[in-house]
Formats: sequence, C-alpha cells, structure tokens
Amino acid sequence: MRRVHNEAILPSGTRSGSPPSRPAVITAEDLTKTYGDVAAVDGISFTVMAGESFGLLGPNGAGKSTTMKMIGGVTRRTSGRLSTMGLDPDTHGPEVRAHLGVVPQQDNLDEELRVRDNLLVYGRYFGLAMSYLKPKADELLEFAQLTDKARAKVDALSGGMKRRLTIARSLINEPRILLLDEPTTGLDPQARHILWDRLFRLKEQGVTLILTTHYMDEAEQLCDRLIVVDKGRIMAEGSPAQLIREHSTREVVELRFGSERNATIGSRLSGIGERLEVLPDRVLLYADDGESALEEATSRGLRPLTSLVRRSSLEDVFLRLTGRSLVD
Amino acid sequence: MSTAASGTGQRTAPDEARNRTFGALYSRNARAVISRGLMATRSTNWLVMVSGFFEPVLFLVSMGVGLGAIVGDVQGPDGTPISYAAYIAPALLAVSAMNGAVYDSTWNVFFKMNFAKLYQGMLYTSLGPLDVALGEIFLALLRGMLYATGFTAVMGALGLITTAWALLMIPASVLIAFGFASLGMGITSFLKTFQQMDWINFILLPMFLFSATFYPLSVYPGPIQWLIQAMPLWHGVELLRQISVGSFTAATPLHIGYYLAMTAVGMLLTTLRLRSLFLK
Repeated sequence: MRRVHNEAILPSGTRSGSPPSRPAVITAEDLTKTYGDVAAVDGISFTVMAGESFGLLGPNGAGKSTTMKMIGGVTRRTSGRLSTMGLDPDTHGPEVRAHLGVVPQQDNLDEELRVRDNLLVYGRYFGLAMSYLKPKADELLEFAQLTDKARAKVDALSGGMKRRLTIARSLINEPRILLLDEPTTGLDPQARHILWDRLFRLKEQGVTLILTTHYMDEAEQLCDRLIVVDKGRIMAEGSPAQLIREHSTREVVELRFGSERNATIGSRLSGIGERLEVLPDRVLLYADDGESALEEATSRGLRPLTSLVRRSSLEDVFLRLTGRSLVD
Repeated sequence: MSTAASGTGQRTAPDEARNRTFGALYSRNARAVISRGLMATRSTNWLVMVSGFFEPVLFLVSMGVGLGAIVGDVQGPDGTPISYAAYIAPALLAVSAMNGAVYDSTWNVFFKMNFAKLYQGMLYTSLGPLDVALGEIFLALLRGMLYATGFTAVMGALGLITTAWALLMIPASVLIAFGFASLGMGITSFLKTFQQMDWINFILLPMFLFSATFYPLSVYPGPIQWLIQAMPLWHGVELLRQISVGSFTAATPLHIGYYLAMTAVGMLLTTLRLRSLFLK
C-alpha cells in the first residue's frame, strides 16, 4: 500500500484540460460548513486529481480557508461528503494529516527552536525516526535555500525566508498533497517569485498542490485548474485560460477619467467592445481587440487621463461573475 | 524528493498514523512534544527555570530562619515540637510545586496557544490533543521535580530533615504539581485576554497565604476552615508536612485522593478543550 503511490503521482507535466486518468486524491460533494446561521462554505463540490495543481480563488471570507481546514480534518464539516486520500478527514484526521503538508496563512514556526530544529521537531510530531529526519531536514533546507541559516534563530529570518521554511517544514513527512493557504500574502515581489519557483519545482516533482489565493497572477502562474469561490459557493471552474475565454474577452482597455467623471462618461462609451464595466476609479472596456476599441473611444472625442490595453486576467473573470473586485 | 523514505523501508508518516487505539485523540507520541520542550528549554528558557528554584529558598531563609528566630519551636504534625523553619519548609515546597506547575500550565500555555500558535501547528500533524496535553504537563512535572529535589536538598543542608520519609516529599510534590498543571491548562484554555489571566494570581496569592502555610488551620473559625480545606493547596501543605516527619493519619489518603481526582478532572478538561479549540 505505502510504496505504490510514487508511481501513481509521477509528474505528467500536462495542463489538465481533459479529465486525466490519474486517481482523485480529494473529492468533495456538497461540502458545507455553517457557523450558527452563517454558511462559510455553502454546498461546494470539486475533485482534485493526483499531481494536479488546484486553486481556490476568491476574496477574503469566501470560505477558502475553511475548505482547506475541512480537507485536513481540523475543522469538521456540517454536511456533505468529503474524502482526502480515500479517507474521511472527520474520522481519520491523524492519518489524513500524515498525507498532507500544511502551509497555514500565518506562519506558525516554532520561534523557540532554531531553523533546522524546526524541521526535525515537526517530523517527530509525525512519529518519524531521527535517522530519516536528519538527512531529510538537510535536503529540505537546501531546497528552501536556507542551508546557511540552519543554525539561525527563526526570528532572525526575513518574511520570505520564514515562508520558505514553513514550506520546507510542510514537506518533512513527504506529503502527497500540499495545502497552501495564501502562500505569498504579505511578501515583496522578489520573495514571491522565489517562492513561486520553489512551488513550481514541487509541482514538477508530482506533488499535488492545493492553494488558496486572492492574487490573480498567483493563480495564473501556479494553477492547472481552479474554482472561483464567493460567499461559500463555486462561481466557476476551469483552467485559468478556459475561465478567461468563457467569462471575459481577450483584451481589456482600462480608462481613467478622474474619479468625478468615470460614471458620467460611461454612458458615452456604450457600444464599444462587448461589455462595459464602470468602477469608481476607472472604466473597463472588454473587447477582443483592445487597440481598436481605444481608437473608437478617442474618436468619440473622449480624452482619458490614462489608458491601458492589457490581456484579460482572472480579476476580470471574478468581476464579471460577482460584480466585485477581488482585492478591496 | 518524495521518494527518500520510501526506498529505505522506513515507516512513513501514514504508517505511524494508522491503527490508533484512541483514534484522533492520542497518537502515543507525547514524547515528541516533550523533546520539543527540552530543545526549547536548552536554547532559550533555562534562566527562567533557575529563578524559579530560588523563590522558595529565599522564603525559607527569610521566614523560616529569620522570623523563626523570634517564633521559636512550634507543634509539629505528630504533636512533638519542631523548629519554625522545619514547620513551614514542607508548606513552601507545596507552594513551589503549585507555582511552578501553574506558571508552566497557564502563562506558558496561554502564550503558546494564543501568540506562538504552537498547538495549532502541532495539531496539523498526526499528533492528537492528548499527546499535546500529556507532553506539556510532563514538562511541567519534570521541572517541578527538579525544583522539589533542589529544595529538599536545601532543607537537608539546613538540618531540617530528620527522617528518610522526607525523601517522599519529592514524588508527592510531583503529584501536587500534576493536579495543578492539568487543571491549570484546562482553565487556561478558556481564557482569552491578559486581564483574565490576572484572575489566576488573584486566586493563587490568598491560597498561598492562608492555606495553613505559616500557621496552623486551627486559628480560623469553623466555616473559614472548611473553605480552606476545600481548596487544593491546603491538602498539599498537609500532605508534605506529614511526610516531612513521617507521621501519617487517616487523612493522608484523602489528601492523595484529592490530587488524583484533581488530575483526572484536569486531564479530561484539557483534552476536551484542546479538541474543541483546534479540531472543531
């Protein structure tokens, strides 16, 4: 039983558009969690295949973290069916968690221990032997680019280093599935790119990644497939490219007329492109050809303060689906 | 990377997590929590530990030796007169066992629970809440035992030990610490703010002063005596005082039973609370 899985999750390197023949590692059906009268997660269903990189995209409070906690069995579901590695997390919590690596939203590294000891001690919590843990810890420090910090205290690390250590720690039990809750929130751009590189390597090695994020670029970089979640419900599902194709145009023109005038000018833009979105700070024109849409706007005598033509992103998908921006 | 343990025939994390008698509550791995605590003590906390040892010693020297010079001999547990220092020393040991256990299981646990998020991290592994509770309490007891051993040695050096029975004060102190630590950790799990944490001192200080620590219970009127006898510290003071001179009564098993019951209630409370806090 325990040796077979390595063949099963060999990296396929494919973006999963077509349903793969790989086994499902997580299956959720009508998964619900209510706190009192409030439904944090409101009947969502999804399946994650082995080796897949799966994202939960949505604003704060959408129910992403609660879903992650239910997958790991640290939060009990209110109703619905859920299986992680073929096990019910509510009844087999410890065994489920032995298959998981968890990177929580807030770093909870052990500040009283040094960097390498953090890895060793965490491995001990899984009951793993020191003879295995010592070389494994060194290997993971290398992977996290923290080898020269092995003896350092945790509070001497930068935010990006702490995050990488948390990820290294989550890999100590050789998890089949890595749960990442907002992995790069609060990091500067450079640190984010280093982290994305590390996560991409894990993905190449066949680790199943499940991540929550409210960053579009992160979802586009890392996810094969994602669900867009809002208020505990799934709004859409698919690969990033698929979602953009289905719910947005190829390009977007962003026009700024100054905060007073955006709303009034909106009406004078009607008819250009496929769709128009008037936000407090800007007007968005959705069109397959952004440049010609911009030309048409200027030909109507409109002079925006700034204009920008860009490709559609998941942000636009989210705006279309919910009428709201992801990051408030 | 995901194949390192697989090739060597070593047990993997899922292997370790399977077939648990107590299900999600306990993974028979409290030793991982204990070794974490020892590692943390080695690198950061040892100074706090040393200071905890001196507190009862300073009390013994000032009150016992200093004040004792004015008080002279008092009536011991078996009726024979003993020096005032010998009278209060076992009580101070009980207080020290209480304080050490309470500090470890309240302030320390409060911090780890609410700020360091240590338990949250632990319970995201295969560990169960009972592993965490047992491990943390064991550490509190280990510390209590070191203090008790040190204090008993000081008593010996000051000539306050007259019988070999007195050595039993060390395991008895551990029992007292067990009661306070398990109940203390359970109670701490309900507390959310520093203001609430102050209530703990509000209970401990009067208990320290009035539990027949410095003078016999008989100075109080009846109802006050009953109140004090209901409190845990009095049982600890009486138990250690009896052991220090090797004079036991029918009340001795009652004192021991009080702590056994307190420990059982405390462990149950702590485990249930940890489960409801972190595995909800």
